[in-house]
Order: sequence, then C-alpha cells, then structure tokens
Amino acid sequence: MAIHQQLLNEFQRDFPLSPSPYADIALQLGVTEDEVLIALGKLVENQSISRIGAIVPPNSIGVSLLAAMAVPAEQLDEIAEWVSSLPEVNHNYEREHRFNLWFVVNASHDGHMEDVLGHIQQRTGLAILRLPLLEEFHIDLGFPLEFIGAT
Amino acid sequence: MDDPILLDETDRRIIRATQSGLPLVPRPYHVIAEKLGLTADEVMARIEDLIEFGIIRRIGAVPNHYKLGYTANGMTVWDVPDEQVDVLGKRIGALDCVSHCYHRPRYLPQWPYNLFAMVHGRSREEVEAKANTIAGLLGEHNRAHTILYSTRILKKTGLRIGD
Repeated sequence: MAIHQQLLNEFQRDFPLSPSPYADIALQLGVTEDEVLIALGKLVENQSISRIGAIVPPNSIGVSLLAAMAVPAEQLDEIAEWVSSLPEVNHNYEREHRFNLWFVVNASHDGHMEDVLGHIQQRTGLAILRLPLLEEFHIDLGFPLEFIGAT
Repeated sequence: MDDPILLDETDRRIIRATQSGLPLVPRPYHVIAEKLGLTADEVMARIEDLIEFGIIRRIGAVPNHYKLGYTANGMTVWDVPDEQVDVLGKRIGALDCVSHCYHRPRYLPQWPYNLFAMVHGRSREEVEAKANTIAGLLGEHNRAHTILYSTRILKKTGLRIGD
C-alpha cells in the first residue's frame, strides 16, 4: 500500500519529463519499473487517480468561466444532463443551495463564450450567474492526502 | 487573459494527447510522439516550453478525492471587503486544507460572496472545522459566508481544447 500512497502524494506534480518517467519514479522509490506501472494501473483502474497527464490552469488556453444557475428541482436532472453534454463544459456539480448547478465553461475566445452562455440561457430559460476568475490565490500544486485505506 | 496565447496546432495536439492520460508503458512520450508523427524529443521539448510559459501547470497524477475517502466537498464562499481581498485571499490560499482559492465578482443582490475557497474533507464536520479556521483568519473582515456542499459530480474532465 505504501507505494500507492507515495505515488499519489509525490507525483501529483513533477512527474518526470524524461523518456522513461516510470523507471525514474521507480528509482526514486526504490522499486522496479514494473511495480510502478502495475501500481499506477491499479490506481487508475480503481479510480483513485482520475488521470495522469497535463494539468492546464484556468484561462491559459482560451477563456473560462464559473457559472451557476438556480434550477427548479423538477428540472434539475434533465438540465444537469444537458449542460454536462456540452463539449465546452468540463466541470459540472450539483450543490446544496438555491444556486444548485455549478459548472465551468471553456471557450476559445470571448465571442465563443457569449455564444455558449446565450445558448444555455435560451435553452433553459434560466439566468446564469457569471463568476469569472479575477485572481487565483492558491496555485494548485497538488493536495496532500492522508490515507484511510481507500485504495 | 483576454487574448489566448498563440499555440500552434502541434502544441494543441500534444496538450490534448497528454491531458487525457499519459500511457502506462515504459516509454509513454514515444507512444504519444508516434501517434502525432513527431519524435519523443520534440514532444518533451514542447511540453517543457509549455510548462515554462504556464500553458501547462504540471504533469502529474490527478487524484480523485471522492474515491480516496474525501467525500465531503465544500465550496466555502465569503463576503470580504474588496480592498482586503488580495491580502486575505493569499492568507486563505496558503492554508493546507484549501485546494483552490479564488477572487470572483459578486453578483448582487443574489450573490454577495467574492472569495471562494475549496475545502475537501472526509465528513461535513471536518469541512466545517476547516471553514472555522478560515473564519478565524478572516476575523472581522468576514461579513457573511456559507458552505455549498456538492451532492453530485455530474462531469469532471480535463479542459477540452477546441480547434
């Protein structure tokens, strides 16, 4: 279990950019490359890791916006599913609040963003709270995880 | 940023290919390179540049907090004076228990909150305890706050890069 924990905590960032990153990690952890590949495969398979890959910060490519809507309870399932189906939406959460649907829209430029928001507003008949990022105070470098046997 | 940074099509293809998941094989960049008709050296050099320019923040494993037992996901939102938000945001963003911290506009009268701090916990009690820590740091500058718990994650993917 220890190797899973180390992989999760130490390799949320600084994943080696080398021809053989898993062998590099193995060397750092004192295990074999196969053990690293098997452990990572298991973490991906059991969904402890959603992916290993490039993390792109908000607004570094195109524009993004956090949006919220107050959706009537009886329409929530249908509207939530439709919003999720939009390719420009990459996060969509239901939250306990009058504003109960929170999603992030990514667009290639401002005009595209207006089109997407206009389309959502028109299709749902609901107003959208537009909450763009003004400043980011915490540079997301990963999150220290305490293990509770979930893997 | 109003103007998207100019990336060429190769950059976009590399980001797309690496974002969805680095292959779990001994030479993952070679696999990506082959798919894109490039060399592994070229792929790695471009990724290095993209990291340097801040287009890619990092390459890493993205943990699924929910699966790891952090089932309470609280978006804590705070109404603090605009002239204090930078100082306070930096202080809150530095807390270990906060995974993201943002200044966002208010949307009056429906939405008075201008500071967002994401807090993950294994229970709502744990999230509330962390929110109390934040409230303690904000002190008198905290004019109102609430916690919005997520009840369903409907979609969570990496950024899709348009054409």
